[in-house]
Amino acid sequence: MALIELSGISKSYQVGQTSHPALRDVTIDINEGRLATFIGPSGSGKTTLLNLIGCMDKPSSGEIRIAGTRTDTLNRRQAAAFRGESLGFIFQSFNLIPVLTIYENVEYPLLMINPTPAPERKERVIRVLEAVGMLEHKDKRPDQASGGQKQRVAVARALVTNPKVVLADEPTANLDQQTAHKIISLMREMRDAFGTTFIFSTHDPRIVEHADEIHTLEDGRLQDNEAPLQKGAVHA
Amino acid sequence: MRSIFKIALRNMTRYKRRTILTSLLIVLGVTMVVLFSGLAGSVKTMMIGIITDSNLGHLQIHKRGYVSSIDNLPLNLNLEDKAYGKLAGVLDGNPDIESYAPRIKFGAILSNYAESTNVRVTAVDPVRETMVCPGLSARLVDIPPGYSGPLLEPGEVIIPQKVAKGIGIKPGDDVVLVATNSDGSVNGMRFTVSRLIEDIMGPGGKDAYMHIDDARSLLRTDKGEVTEVVLRMGGATDLDTVKKRLGASLGEFKNKKEMPIFEVHTWADLSPFSNIANMIELLIITVKIVMIAIVLISVLNVMLMSVFERVREIGTIAAMGTSPSKILALFVAEGFCLGLLGTALGLFLGVAGLLVIKASHVTFSFGRMDNLLLRPQIDMAELAIIAAMVLAASALAALQPAWKASRMEPVDALGHV
Repeated sequence: MALIELSGISKSYQVGQTSHPALRDVTIDINEGRLATFIGPSGSGKTTLLNLIGCMDKPSSGEIRIAGTRTDTLNRRQAAAFRGESLGFIFQSFNLIPVLTIYENVEYPLLMINPTPAPERKERVIRVLEAVGMLEHKDKRPDQASGGQKQRVAVARALVTNPKVVLADEPTANLDQQTAHKIISLMREMRDAFGTTFIFSTHDPRIVEHADEIHTLEDGRLQDNEAPLQKGAVHA
Repeated sequence: MRSIFKIALRNMTRYKRRTILTSLLIVLGVTMVVLFSGLAGSVKTMMIGIITDSNLGHLQIHKRGYVSSIDNLPLNLNLEDKAYGKLAGVLDGNPDIESYAPRIKFGAILSNYAESTNVRVTAVDPVRETMVCPGLSARLVDIPPGYSGPLLEPGEVIIPQKVAKGIGIKPGDDVVLVATNSDGSVNGMRFTVSRLIEDIMGPGGKDAYMHIDDARSLLRTDKGEVTEVVLRMGGATDLDTVKKRLGASLGEFKNKKEMPIFEVHTWADLSPFSNIANMIELLIITVKIVMIAIVLISVLNVMLMSVFERVREIGTIAAMGTSPSKILALFVAEGFCLGLLGTALGLFLGVAGLLVIKASHVTFSFGRMDNLLLRPQIDMAELAIIAAMVLAASALAALQPAWKASRMEPVDALGHV
């Protein structure tokens, strides 16, 4: 059984009297421990799809199962609990809390979402910060870190609760090419180190070579490619 | 919950400017209330002390119906010898009563042989009166500091300062008092003016004083007859409670019509100053309401701003799995902690201010009394009430912004620019 199962997912947004379809009949399975990516141009439905997998939105039709749990029927509270327990998030703009240090940002989910005893909390925060190479910067504030460093911290924060799946919406969009490659490589390393499934979206085909599987979205429809693209191939 | 408060406190220390500005407003409000409560409350307590210690006592007992005719000073509503004996029997064994003193009150014509005027006279047993009203001597004009001699001797009279000035009487002068007794016969006696006395607010506040034995001679009354009995309380028992207990004890004494012989009144029932005291209380409550409004508005404003400024942060923590109830609790805790900080500082500054005023020996005047020393004080219960009010207001004010934050959809909040 796949870790993530999407079956006939459609999502439309109502703007005035008009219905705008964002996703059309998407069916896909993603297995555990994979580094999967959704690529496609802006407006193709990548973010909508990640929001649906991330239990932050509900599909207009279709079913979503993650680790055997039907997530499209969860209420607000249940969805929040599921996210805290099973999912990690990496954002395009890093979304680190500016008044907290890097250590405190990573510690936050273990304080607020999955309360963890202090000694274990410290051990886990240090372990993930070390894994992403940010331990020496742990006392800095986010505004004292570079874009790449911030995203490393975001990766650490996403991993610190040991989620089954980490979702990353355009994690490299605010990074230069070299740093972007490093972040995707880091995600791959973390996948190997922690066994976590990573799903990221991008509209940049140059960084998808690290992915185990690639899914292309166009106008809300899923295309059928799964194998990594050859270097130089361009979607969009 | 501990984690939520830990994060709330950390957020307060990190958003320094916001914390300082809001706390300052709360500190200002709390300090103002503590100072005002301490000063106004103390002035009120002092005034009540002056009125009760120098004139009214804490409680007064009269023959039923006397107080409704008090302005006429009716002698036919005096307590007779037998009734006073019964009353004394109850008062002597009462643990709530520290001391009591009998008085006779009547109207008279005061003459210095050249001019005459009407005066109200309170006739007292000087020793017992001084025990019930220890502050009475302080109203005497030109009395040496720390005077502990007798209030007056038989044959002496103390004249109100204004009356004395009006007809040109001074201490040492001989005067004649003419009074009509309850039978309608008129009698006059010569007295020596021993001292003058300052006026004070309330019934009997402008009375002349004489010895109770002289009054009985002047009025030709029975030996034990009295108009009123004035009581001084011993402990901290509430006056109204003692009044009720006394009323119950004295209720067993009935007249021929099976009606109670006695009526008991507190000083507040008799003195118009009780209305001023109530107004002071009202003012203190008003200031407290203003303070609560200040706290509510500042915390509400700052928490609303905080929610608005931190929409993306709220979206992020919500996306990570923070439950709506925890987001609500976090913002309420931040508001509460802001209130706590402001309250702690405000109480400290307020109490410190009161101590400074107390140490500065500030004096003020009340009516004709000058150089009254201001002794501001505030009890722990009052401080606890102020603190509880501010903390409740802080948490309440944070509730709406916190609710707003907790209801945000993560997707919308993350998309906020």
